[in-house]
Amino acid sequence: MSETHPPEMLCRELVEVVTDYLEHRLSPRDRARFEAHLAECEYCETYLEQMRQTIRALGRLPEESLSVDARDGLLTAFRDWTRR
Amino acid sequence: MGHPSSSGASSQLDHAEGTEGALLEGIREGDERVFAELMQEWSSVMLRLALVHVESRAVAEEVVQEAWLTVLRDIGRFERRSSLRTWVLGIVVNLARSRARVERRTVPLPADVAGAAVEPARFRPPDSRRWAGHWALGPVPWPLPEDALLASETRRVIVDAIAALPALQREVLVLRDLEGVGAAETCNVLGLSDTNQRVLLHRARTRVRNALEWYFDATEPT
Ligand SMILES: [Zn+2]
Repeated sequence: MSETHPPEMLCRELVEVVTDYLEHRLSPRDRARFEAHLAECEYCETYLEQMRQTIRALGRLPEESLSVDARDGLLTAFRDWTRR
Repeated sequence: MGHPSSSGASSQLDHAEGTEGALLEGIREGDERVFAELMQEWSSVMLRLALVHVESRAVAEEVVQEAWLTVLRDIGRFERRSSLRTWVLGIVVNLARSRARVERRTVPLPADVAGAAVEPARFRPPDSRRWAGHWALGPVPWPLPEDALLASETRRVIVDAIAALPALQREVLVLRDLEGVGAAETCNVLGLSDTNQRVLLHRARTRVRNALEWYFDATEPT
């Protein structure tokens, strides 16, 4: 390795910076180390893909919504409030 | 509101500068349509934030109702130093947290940001002769197409993993990943630094991923 080569990223380090990577918060140097490692390591590639799958699944969980009673109660409260 | 990837018409109320002012005026002037729409639009995120701290759905609804009543009481004094949504969500969080303190369900939270998110034992120890710091027990692809992750059994795994998170991690995960709120607004709602927000998000996501991995038993010795 030449002196200018940054040290290789280890799997152990990569899993701890996955979110920084996805949030575009890694320095250009660490981003390069991250991507260089990914290109070489099938396990970490799988890991990253599973994080992405997890995030997408979280975003598709069914939404919550207020019960009709709670909504009606609030609308009544709003009407009262507008007459304050 | 909804997640960016899944929201269609429901993102209409997302506050661009202009609409934000209009919404605020609408409520102040007693426009019931605006109020009803906001109540509907934000009910998912408000309920989910409340459910971080209270177990029962009925109590969560009470928290949300109380939050709206607080909004109506204080909206005349709201100075727009944050967006309307940020302010409203902050009110929910505060009410839910104090409700939890009363019910002693959650201890006031340390940020839980120390230590590794993934168990060190998953990796070859630093003194290994070869491949130190590389996987010892590596992840293998999950045996389901991605769409099947939301089928009932795996969805239950995800929902249980979320429920088991420390409160602050769960608040961040709800805002960022379940509801698609941006990082900056999440920091403002929860009073977190950008770095802490990201660490909490990372830990929460990691735990949910790990729960799925555990459920699928999807590892192999390297
Ligand atoms: Zn690796």
